[in-house]
Amino acid sequence: MYLGRVVGCVWCTAKDSNLNGLRMLVVQPLTPELENTGKRLICTDSTGAGAGELVYWVRGKEASFPFLPVEPPVDTTIVGIVDSVHVKPKAKRHGKKVNSC
Amino acid sequence: MILARVVGTVVATRKDPRLEGKKLLIVKPVSPDGKDEAGYIVSVDTVSAGFRERVLVVAGSSARLAEGCKDTPVDSAIVGIVDEVHLD
Repeated sequence: MYLGRVVGCVWCTAKDSNLNGLRMLVVQPLTPELENTGKRLICTDSTGAGAGELVYWVRGKEASFPFLPVEPPVDTTIVGIVDSVHVKPKAKRHGKKVNSC
Repeated sequence: MILARVVGTVVATRKDPRLEGKKLLIVKPVSPDGKDEAGYIVSVDTVSAGFRERVLVVAGSSARLAEGCKDTPVDSAIVGIVDEVHLD
């Protein structure tokens, strides 16, 4: 799972029928120090996250699991809203790259 | 998922039988503010997207969850046509 910030939303009228009713948000991936990293992507939302909120999201087929028994064709989904992040300053210097996207 | 723009089509005669009847499109990833990004992807179209349309592309094994792609050898599918992107 990765950290991200909601920076926008996407509207689609013509889409896969299993995507009906799902919110799609633009997410900017973040480092644990909350700095921007990588390209912005589109995530479906299973938590009711709003604009500007700090969230964590999951990548891969698991992204469709929050919507079971329906299996929408999604590969990135917001699965939690972050209250706080605590990172030791040491981790900033020696930590390995967390987000590869 | 990523945003992408349809830039071309692919025609293949010899292919996996499970891909017969599927429309293959070449898409170029774009950023949410509309700028082109590097690379191209060949994607199976499940929503009848057209040339130059901005679309939503799903990658990896989730692409097989798209309509008509169950148990097919695809790892990228177009699952939506984008009307509007709103950035805060």
